[in-house]
Amino acid sequence: MKVIELRMTVTSSNDRDAEELRSELKERGIFLVNLMSAPGSGKTTLLSRTITDLSGRAEIGVMEADIASDVDALRIAELGARSIQVHTDGMCHMDAGMTRAGLIEMEGERGIVFLENVGNLICPAEFDTGAHKNVMILSVPEGDDKPLKYPLMFRKSDALVITKTDAAPYFDFDTEAVKRRALALNPEIRIFPVSAKTGEGMEEWESWLLSEWEEWRNA
Amino acid sequence: MHELGIVKHVIKTLGDVAKENGVKRIGSVTLEVGEVSGVVIEQLVDCWNYFREKNELVKNAELTVETLEAVTFCTACEKTYRTVDHGRICPFCKSKETYLLRGNEFSIKQIEAELIDE
Ligand SMILES: Nc1nc2c(ncn2[C@@H]2O[C@H](COP(=O)(O)OP(=O)(O)OP(=O)(O)O)[C@@H](O)[C@H]2O)c(=O)[nH]1
Ligand SMILES: [Mg+2]
Ligand SMILES: [Zn+2]
Repeated sequence: MKVIELRMTVTSSNDRDAEELRSELKERGIFLVNLMSAPGSGKTTLLSRTITDLSGRAEIGVMEADIASDVDALRIAELGARSIQVHTDGMCHMDAGMTRAGLIEMEGERGIVFLENVGNLICPAEFDTGAHKNVMILSVPEGDDKPLKYPLMFRKSDALVITKTDAAPYFDFDTEAVKRRALALNPEIRIFPVSAKTGEGMEEWESWLLSEWEEWRNA
Repeated sequence: MHELGIVKHVIKTLGDVAKENGVKRIGSVTLEVGEVSGVVIEQLVDCWNYFREKNELVKNAELTVETLEAVTFCTACEKTYRTVDHGRICPFCKSKETYLLRGNEFSIKQIEAELIDE
């Protein structure tokens, strides 16, 4: 028996699959955006509004990862957008292999594809899905101390969308504190407070998305 | 369940390692797990024992888990302290503006292996 020192992260095989998927998607013309959050933070509502607002300006598809149900995929399909459902069979996150398998159904699709990851703030942050951008959603009712509790997710995200800002008067939510805490963990993170209900802040988030998509296409 | 996914990834990674190093069989695997990585070690071992049966490469591999200390950093006074002793509130200045510096890692430290040309 020979001892082999490895010191590799458990996720290294996934990291490699994710890199491969990222370049494969570049060739297929799919800009993949991974959305991560706790359950019920308003992901599907944010996506629905984004799809409607950007109709004519961007082709958007959605891949819903859910432990067992189809409800979210049906909500997206009602808007006329391409939507597929991946069941994770009890797994608490999507990995690159599962994402690739789901995307086979997006054959021929080009444009932006959102992956609505499993609602959970821990595991999805640890597994690279192969997405080009990672976006975290934090809703006002969840509280402003989340960056302190789940630092990894804030570090891994390119953007933070703070949703349900219309509910701010009913919760003790200090947006400035969240910004400060998130930026301390990740100085590059872009922060967009939005309300999908009133439309407040949606434009800033949507123009960021469009400009990142454009930059990626031209890269 | 988190542990299930982790064990699947460990086994997959070990498959890659075996290919690269000409490994025939693995005799033991040592994992390093941060104190606050959220992984339940007993569950991890159970999942391991369940899955290894299905895989020739790791069928006889014993799993050892080493724990790494978790350390929190306080942004208010810039001191560090042991996370499991004090949690999120800084014991020096009582600030809540703290975050985990380390302690959530999860890595495969080493394996003992029987090589193909041995
Ligand atoms: N007030 C308010 N409510 C919102 C907003 N966005 C979403 N909601 C409500 O929040 C609830 C959850 O929204 P979803 O969009 O289903 O959240 P989700 O993150 O997709 O949920 P899961 O997929 O189940 O994890 C619904 O009742 C929405 O109507 C918002 O901007 N303001
Ligand atoms: Mg949803
Ligand atoms: Zn302090």
